[in-house]
Amino acid sequence: MAAVTPLIETRGLTRHFGGLKAVEAVDFQLEEGEIRAIIGPNGAGKTTFVSLICGRIAPTSGEIIFAGRDITRLAAHERVLAGIAYTFQITSIFPRLTVYDNVALPVQRRLLKQGRVTQAALDDGVADALARVGLSDRAATLAGSLAYGHQRLLEVAMGLALQPRLLILDEPTQGLSDGEIEGFIALVRDIARDATVLLIEHNMPVVMELAQKITVLNFGQVLAEGTPAEIRGNVAVQDAYLGTGHD
Amino acid sequence: MSGTVSTTRVVALHLAIIALLFAANFVLPEYHRGVFSRVLVLATFAMGYNILFGYTGLLSLGHAMFFAAGLYGAGLPLYHLGWNVPLSFVSGIAAGGVLAAAIGVLALRTTGVAFMIVTLMFAQVFFLATLYFTTWTRGEEGLVLPQQARNALDISLTDPSARYMIALALFSVVLLIVLRLVRAPYGRTLIAIRENEERMRMLGYDVFRAKLSAVILSGLFCASAGAAYGLLFGYIGSGFASIQYSILPLLWVLLGGAATTLGPLLGTLFMFYIIDYTSGLTTAYLLFVGLALILLILFFPKGLLGSVRERWLPWLP
Amino acid sequence: MGFGPLFLLATLEGLVMAAVLALTALGLSLVFGVMRVVNVAHGEFFMLGAVVAWAVSTAFAGHPSIGFVAALLVAPLVVGAAALVSERLVLRRLNYDPEATIVATIGMLYIIQQLALTFYGADARPVQAPFNLRIQFPWFGYSGYKLFVIAAAIVLMLATWFLLARTRIGLVMRATQYDRETAQAFGIPVDRVYAGVFALGAMLAAVAAVLIVPIQQAHYLMGRDPLLLAFIVVIIGGLGSLRGTIVAAIFIGVSDGIISTMFYSPTLAKMLATALVAMLLVFRPQGLFGTAVR
Repeated sequence: MAAVTPLIETRGLTRHFGGLKAVEAVDFQLEEGEIRAIIGPNGAGKTTFVSLICGRIAPTSGEIIFAGRDITRLAAHERVLAGIAYTFQITSIFPRLTVYDNVALPVQRRLLKQGRVTQAALDDGVADALARVGLSDRAATLAGSLAYGHQRLLEVAMGLALQPRLLILDEPTQGLSDGEIEGFIALVRDIARDATVLLIEHNMPVVMELAQKITVLNFGQVLAEGTPAEIRGNVAVQDAYLGTGHD
Repeated sequence: MSGTVSTTRVVALHLAIIALLFAANFVLPEYHRGVFSRVLVLATFAMGYNILFGYTGLLSLGHAMFFAAGLYGAGLPLYHLGWNVPLSFVSGIAAGGVLAAAIGVLALRTTGVAFMIVTLMFAQVFFLATLYFTTWTRGEEGLVLPQQARNALDISLTDPSARYMIALALFSVVLLIVLRLVRAPYGRTLIAIRENEERMRMLGYDVFRAKLSAVILSGLFCASAGAAYGLLFGYIGSGFASIQYSILPLLWVLLGGAATTLGPLLGTLFMFYIIDYTSGLTTAYLLFVGLALILLILFFPKGLLGSVRERWLPWLP
Repeated sequence: MGFGPLFLLATLEGLVMAAVLALTALGLSLVFGVMRVVNVAHGEFFMLGAVVAWAVSTAFAGHPSIGFVAALLVAPLVVGAAALVSERLVLRRLNYDPEATIVATIGMLYIIQQLALTFYGADARPVQAPFNLRIQFPWFGYSGYKLFVIAAAIVLMLATWFLLARTRIGLVMRATQYDRETAQAFGIPVDRVYAGVFALGAMLAAVAAVLIVPIQQAHYLMGRDPLLLAFIVVIIGGLGSLRGTIVAAIFIGVSDGIISTMFYSPTLAKMLATALVAMLLVFRPQGLFGTAVR
């Protein structure tokens, strides 16, 4: 599989905020079908890095290539149409709309790109996305009145409904109970059958269980990259990250 | 989910209201039929405003310019160039559409309070322009459109019954378009932009384009109301471009219920009769406009139909 | 008159205008800066100040300066009290939501205007200047009172600056402006600061109005132009920036004076100025000096 072009690749990707080097010259590759976790201490530039990939923030310099296409200059919404979906770190749903409407928004966007939006196709798409996260019976509920864990699931369903090639999950398990985390791991495995997953995560057991490869960021730079076993054995990572007494 | 039962009910309700207004032409006393004619046209103005304010969540303080663009866009060619009524009407709508596109491209670069002030200022420029080009507009004094020119297809627009029916036709067409739009994916898109713009961007929506389309649509509806108002009632003047005509649609929509299809009609009708009634008692009707604005925003921000929807009829569009 | 003297005259007229404008705009800017409230009724507070000044000065017989001094004291107090009441009754209940407060202050505008029309009437009424002094330049004579207005405005602005930059009250206000929540956490009574700022903003407009009525008559619609001009000044100066507000007031006032004294059509000038400022807000929302409008 070595000769395959990566799904996403960054070359010298850099973002400075004033004097702060949030992301500095990151070269990064992610193969299609992979589950990749990005870890690193607070302030290591993880969220900035994925924000650069999905277009919420413009880079200071560097390039982003998605499926062989340079997307560095594309606006965020154009990248979404190209196949990159992002779920927010802080739950960002439409609390005053129903669960159905929340998911109908990405579904209708996808249908619109493919051609025509029909009520039947819309209903199907919504039902499908809700079934995958297990919220089928909540369609008529106002999203804002869902329990927190369910709101996180809705957030993921909205990402799924876009049928992305790359799904970025920014700290998806934050604030979830142990039982919910179990379910979440199963869900991500299920998603990974037809999408590539890029995951920012603080919860190390989740990372170790899910990720095929891990990228460690520190001070905006790639500190290490490898399989969970390699990362666990990496001294530099232990110093920088595990050594900070995080969690 | 959007069940078919509620679709039937919603369509039936809107058709019933139109039928009721149609019947009103034959039973209303002359004076009230005249009031209703005006209210129907101004409610169309309010529906246009509601597209932007109610559904998209953009509070403009300059919609008088779109209404007045329709008014002048229709009235000036009729008066000076001798265009016929249908052509003038189309020209009024086109004027509003072009102006809305230009203003939208500029003003949508701003958000929130800045958007309100920018729209206010552009409308002020438009108002001053109607004063400055007084050779053509006669400024505040305005122009009275000649009666003999106000004929369309052998129907005289000065006949009260014809006037009412044309106003109702305009109102009904716009109402049904609005109903269709807000229940379609397009309406869901606008509402979601109002609720969470950043999320919409990350769901793949070109938010700027969607908002621009809403400004243009809103401008077209408001201009159609302005054009009809000038042609039906035969007078065009700077007063219709003043700040007051930017505030009134806001007031009507707030009163009737923002983001409801029938709220604009209800709000306009209600406010018209409050002013009609109070101006019989006192000349200080602006006092009631002011009080109504404050009381609504303080205690009743969802307006009449908004509150009804919240409490009793959640299926209302 | 030759070009030079005419230009001097136009500049002087402009400076008088700038003085009054700076005071009015300062009030608007202060309210926006600290409370994030766009007070559309600000022009009506100005008008109310002028009307009260007329009422007070006509109540006093004798030398006009007695009435004037009384008006200078009473008008800001009355207007400040009116502002305080509306702040307590309306703005606070809206939790200072930027959009809701605009709608509410539009309501106030209508109410104040209508009350003035009802109780004061539609006439424009003059107030006598406190003194009659004519300063003779080689080319023309100029009203000493107008020069006094410029001087008074400078003194008042220095006083406001002192209040904001050198006193505890000013510190508290700046802290509130910087971060409402943190200020609250540090025990600053944000609620009372807001009430005070709103009243102070209205009082500045009222003082400006008292200064102007001997030059311009009191009329119930006189709040419109100052509101628009103050808006323009605040936007050019950058919303919430006091230094910017003053610089912009001088710029707008003087150019307005020059345009209306030396050129033919004030409508065209107003039109172009308004369009220009709207464009400025579109392409440079932080103004020429301040920080962006949020």
